Amino acid sequence: MEKLRRAMMFVPGNNPGMLQNAGIYKADTVIFDVEDSVLVSEKDAARQLVHNAIKYIKYPCEVAVRINHITTPYGRDDLAAILPAKPDLIRLPKAETAEEIREIDDIISEAEVKNGFPQGSIKMMAAIETAKGLMKAYDIASASPRMVALAIGAEDFLADLKTTRSPHGNELFAARSQILLAARAAEIQAIDTVFSNVNDEEGFIAETTRIKELGFDGKSVINPRQIKLLYKIFTPTEKEIDLAERVLAAYEEAKAKNSGVIALNGKMIDVPVVTRAERVISYAIALGLRKGGQ
Amino acid sequence: MLNKAGRDIPSVIPGFKEVKLYNGPFAANPTGRVVGPKISVNKPRSEKVLKSIDQAIEATGLKSGMTISFHHHFRNGDYVLNMVVEAIARKGIRDITLAASSLTSTHDAIIPYIEQGVITAIETSGGRGKLGELFTSGKFLKKPVLIRSHGGRARAIEAGELAIDVAFIGAPACDTYGNINGIEGKSACGSMGYAMCDATYADQVVAITDHLVPHPLYPISIPQTNVDFIVEVEAIGDPKGIASGALRISKDPKELIIAEYASSVIEYSGYFKNDYSLQLGSGGASLAAAQFIKEKMIAQGIVGSFGVGGITAPFIEMLDQGLFKTLFDVQDFDIPSIDSLRNNPNHLEMSASYYANPHNRGPIVNKLDVVILSATEVDVDFNVNVITNSNGVIMGASGGHCDTAAGAGLSIVVAPLLRGRLPMVLDRVHTIVTPGETVDVIVTERGVAVNPNRKDVFENLKNANIPLMSIEQLQQIAYDLTGKPESIPVTDEIVGVVEYRDGTILDVIRKPV
Repeated sequence: MEKLRRAMMFVPGNNPGMLQNAGIYKADTVIFDVEDSVLVSEKDAARQLVHNAIKYIKYPCEVAVRINHITTPYGRDDLAAILPAKPDLIRLPKAETAEEIREIDDIISEAEVKNGFPQGSIKMMAAIETAKGLMKAYDIASASPRMVALAIGAEDFLADLKTTRSPHGNELFAARSQILLAARAAEIQAIDTVFSNVNDEEGFIAETTRIKELGFDGKSVINPRQIKLLYKIFTPTEKEIDLAERVLAAYEEAKAKNSGVIALNGKMIDVPVVTRAERVISYAIALGLRKGGQ
Repeated sequence: MLNKAGRDIPSVIPGFKEVKLYNGPFAANPTGRVVGPKISVNKPRSEKVLKSIDQAIEATGLKSGMTISFHHHFRNGDYVLNMVVEAIARKGIRDITLAASSLTSTHDAIIPYIEQGVITAIETSGGRGKLGELFTSGKFLKKPVLIRSHGGRARAIEAGELAIDVAFIGAPACDTYGNINGIEGKSACGSMGYAMCDATYADQVVAITDHLVPHPLYPISIPQTNVDFIVEVEAIGDPKGIASGALRISKDPKELIIAEYASSVIEYSGYFKNDYSLQLGSGGASLAAAQFIKEKMIAQGIVGSFGVGGITAPFIEMLDQGLFKTLFDVQDFDIPSIDSLRNNPNHLEMSASYYANPHNRGPIVNKLDVVILSATEVDVDFNVNVITNSNGVIMGASGGHCDTAAGAGLSIVVAPLLRGRLPMVLDRVHTIVTPGETVDVIVTERGVAVNPNRKDVFENLKNANIPLMSIEQLQQIAYDLTGKPESIPVTDEIVGVVEYRDGTILDVIRKPV
């Protein structure tokens, strides 16, 4: 089954206490940030801290690192310091071209060889945060086999668009749709932007409900308290889980019998129905509603 | 000599007549009779109201070598204890035993009087800040500070082990003949539960009030029959320090995780059904658990019989919403709780003895189904320390911890697994306040461990979708991150004695090197 990335939680890379506890909140992915949440004067310390955290702390979830853009004076140093610790995923901010992705891909490949990691074991994702990047979204999404997700970074994007964020989110509709399409065309995941007012639970729920309807796989979060709210929205109902289980059972049965046509209660089951059922079951397992491993 | 908790207790402790070893939570069989105060007389039309604390001290005949008591309902806002000790010192009285139901950092003001020999012995629930450091230093006091739980203190008073010569009672409202309650006046603190025992058994009782009203005051928490003298002062406390606004539910995500696990433990424990009873601590995770428990009670249509505390606003909300039929209240932490005690007839005030004294005919803790308690550190035998810090210094109070753990059907201890770089599940806690055999479940942000003697609870919790593990596994998670801490080196000098609620010695606190 596909790796779930419903909640991708940002953790400032220069905060030892937060790094130590990052694993307890059941985020699907923790993203240790050495970019925007770390002052220039603390970049080197944060890199070392993140390196050591990844190396010595057992996190029960996927571990990503948001590096500085590869064209800044910090991006390459970030990779040099962090890759030897073997993060699961590198997140590139402000992606604008496929070349950037390939450049990082090459650096990762080199590090994998040098450190004896299996080739392709370190994944990548990129955040689109400019209009220029958005126009290249599909190229970026499909630039490397390491790419597993495309995200939108709203704050920078809206500044670039010369507008601001509203409660209804209309200003982001076009970008979200385009990122989702690009991600789906490249067969990778689409991750929504952070909702920064952590005390506005209603606003968070409204926005998360909206992006789930659009088709997003998950959302970046900046506070552990948002995770539970988010998972609630991504929780399938008992009826949905039940149906999904029956669909998968019928599918397995048909496969075993080598039968070309699959039906459940007289309705034909085709590939999209099976895919959707698998997705429902993976959510159910992740939430402990059904037993099983990812 | 090793006691039943595995602690090495010397056979002789300076200042203690007898050293009775702890032999298990319910091993003690008390004999003898409850003591009583001196018989006294109050002739018709005699005057109880005196002009000053000085005059009251004279009227009681307080002398060097006697024992005085105070309640801690005003917490950090208390003025009474400091005022009285200062007056006693002015009169040249020395060698006093101070038996306050607890002490807070506002009582650092009495340190000079300890240094001068005005106070030479202390029996209380604990100590914080500079006072705690002073206790741990072993300086000035003639004998180790004696730590008692709230129930243990009530027991000791009734058994005559803590014989109070004069109880000074801060009275938020008092009439001219000595009827007292805690729900009126500018210094209202709510329940007077701890003071009730002192008032009943002390040889003499002085009420100190900043809200003197004509007789009769009602409702009555402490009756005129117990009060000898009354002194009116400008202020008995700082309302801001006595009670906060509604205690807020924590936003600390780590505390919320712990609270969520704790509420799941309750839900699946087997105790979560109609008419269950509950006590919550006032710590962050414990309070936060109230929110989750409330949601679960509403969702499953469960109505509890009673709540116990240490009452806080989240409990009041549950009472008001009909989720509990009644509350038993020994102490109030915030303004909504005080208001509720004043206005809601289902919110009942109780004494410390009714709350937790193990040697009466039935404290309410014995009827308690579930309690959530916090901890400074725990160990692999489920022992809990809430009194000494990672340097072996006294910095907390026993409170009702061991009383409720012993009484409740299910005692849940919540604590972070790590505080900074320190692991909180140790091989042996530095000081035992609550013995492990009375602790059923330990809940941390990284795992939940069930006492092996509660296999029933463990089986029930398998369905709870919480990270259930052995206490050793939990400890290993912590040690993997922090390494194994070295034990705190101590000297042979005993600076504190932790008395279990039944009057036996559970542990001693040795002065750190």
